[in-house]
Amino acid sequence: MNDKKLSLPSKIWDDVFRYLAFGSGLVVILLIVASLITLIIQSWPAIKHYGLSFIWSTDWDPLAEKYGALPFIVGTLLTSFLALIIATPFALAGAIFLGELAPKKIAEPISFIMELLAGIPSVIYGLWALFFLVPIIRAFQMKIGAPPYGLGIFTASLVLAIMILPYALSVARDVIKLCPNDLKEAAYGLGATRWETIRGVILPYAKSGIVAGIVLALGRALGETMAVTMVIGNSSTLPSSIWDLGNTMASVIANEFNEAQGLHLAVLVEIGLLLFIITVIVNLIARIFIIKTRV
Amino acid sequence: MSIENPIFRTEDLCAYYGDFMAIKHVTMSIPEKKVTAFMGPSGCGKTTILRCLNRLHELTPGAWYSGKIFLRDQDILEMDPILVRRKVGMVFQKPNPFPTMTIYDNVLAGYKLLGIRLKKEEADRICEEALRKAALWDEVKDILHRRGTFLSGGQQQRLCIARALAVNPEVLLMDEPTSALDPKATLQIENLIVDLKNTVTIIIVTHNMPQAGRVSDYSAFFYLGELVEFGPTAEMFTNPKDPRTEEYLTGKFS
Repeated sequence: MNDKKLSLPSKIWDDVFRYLAFGSGLVVILLIVASLITLIIQSWPAIKHYGLSFIWSTDWDPLAEKYGALPFIVGTLLTSFLALIIATPFALAGAIFLGELAPKKIAEPISFIMELLAGIPSVIYGLWALFFLVPIIRAFQMKIGAPPYGLGIFTASLVLAIMILPYALSVARDVIKLCPNDLKEAAYGLGATRWETIRGVILPYAKSGIVAGIVLALGRALGETMAVTMVIGNSSTLPSSIWDLGNTMASVIANEFNEAQGLHLAVLVEIGLLLFIITVIVNLIARIFIIKTRV
Repeated sequence: MSIENPIFRTEDLCAYYGDFMAIKHVTMSIPEKKVTAFMGPSGCGKTTILRCLNRLHELTPGAWYSGKIFLRDQDILEMDPILVRRKVGMVFQKPNPFPTMTIYDNVLAGYKLLGIRLKKEEADRICEEALRKAALWDEVKDILHRRGTFLSGGQQQRLCIARALAVNPEVLLMDEPTSALDPKATLQIENLIVDLKNTVTIIIVTHNMPQAGRVSDYSAFFYLGELVEFGPTAEMFTNPKDPRTEEYLTGKFS
């Protein structure tokens, strides 16, 4: 043995890498805290002026400096959950098809196209909805006797549903694919059909992952701005039905931010702060659910 | 060698994966209410032929067969596979209880998955009976409503046996059921197999020759997809007819 030739790799690089990784993790936390602080500072005049009643007040009159966030909170929650209700069955069915039923030759190209769908800029969805969805919905509204705006809460929900579908679907497909083959064979071995195996074994196994995908999609729906702003109709009154015009928290900020000054600006920032908080709460609830149902 | 009133009979059975022929022209009869061991070196097709017997083979993409397999007098390749699998249960190499279900629900999975509704008393009775048959009842009777994945490997495998027995199959196929278990758990399963053969026909694939000697009445030796030799285990172990069987039994290859 030649001891002189034996040189250990330097420990320094190990340390450098560790601190780098630690630092990167820290930056993420700092960014969240920093944006929270910025939002609070910028919205402070509004928080001080209107207090908590800002959350449940429905007034929105910038000229009289009367502001309430409820129409937008309702708009955001209504469009997002409606989008989720519309998108979930399709996401689930598509995920079962792509993850379990379809042969590879079919599943792979479809998955590829679906991932392209997720990459389309939001403004393009908005344009498409304006030219394609709005006339259809207007015709439908005339048929059922609703005010024929074409625009509105329902249209925005539909666009959102289409936009979040690829997210929910691809996560659900991945977890369905993860279901171990020996569990499926155990079910088939007991005489279960394909559908019974999917319902009784694969879906329960994938449940927490599927919920995670839906929450990811919900997070995106809550904050989606451009496409929603283009089709929701920009009305600041509390919507009384899904056919009404409305505004979400994101779309009112996008619509009014350019002309806002002083208190009005602080109010918009406060809406941003509320949106931030709502998103965090939704994610926390989902996280708890996922942990509770984990296999 | 002829078997009176066989429960399974194959005629010129060939099984394929795409172009690859894994089972070559196997004609054999399997006796009822006995333990039959399928032996042979890795890749000899013993697991493949086992999976043919309850039509799990065809679930592998590209897999197909030719020939005939009779369960009593019915050709199972022409039956509804669901029906075949109700009559021919399976225990797998790796214990695979359903992780989302309780022990109780695992035992009754053969009913629950198929949407068969049972009265509470009947479900309880089937569950207890199956667990007793699988020699697991005493260990789990107080934790029936906990998840099956908390059990030890050997207990999980006996749970899987109970699950298969709960639907009253005529045949139980076991694919190397002890290869993932420790010696103590292996011994328990072996004793169980011997106890069970009065109620159900058992076909067991095993790598372990002493095990085949301990539990089986008949043995089949496969080599490169062919059935080399079939006969009473005692006879085959003491006086193999084919030189390849002898070489395998004496450990010249494995």
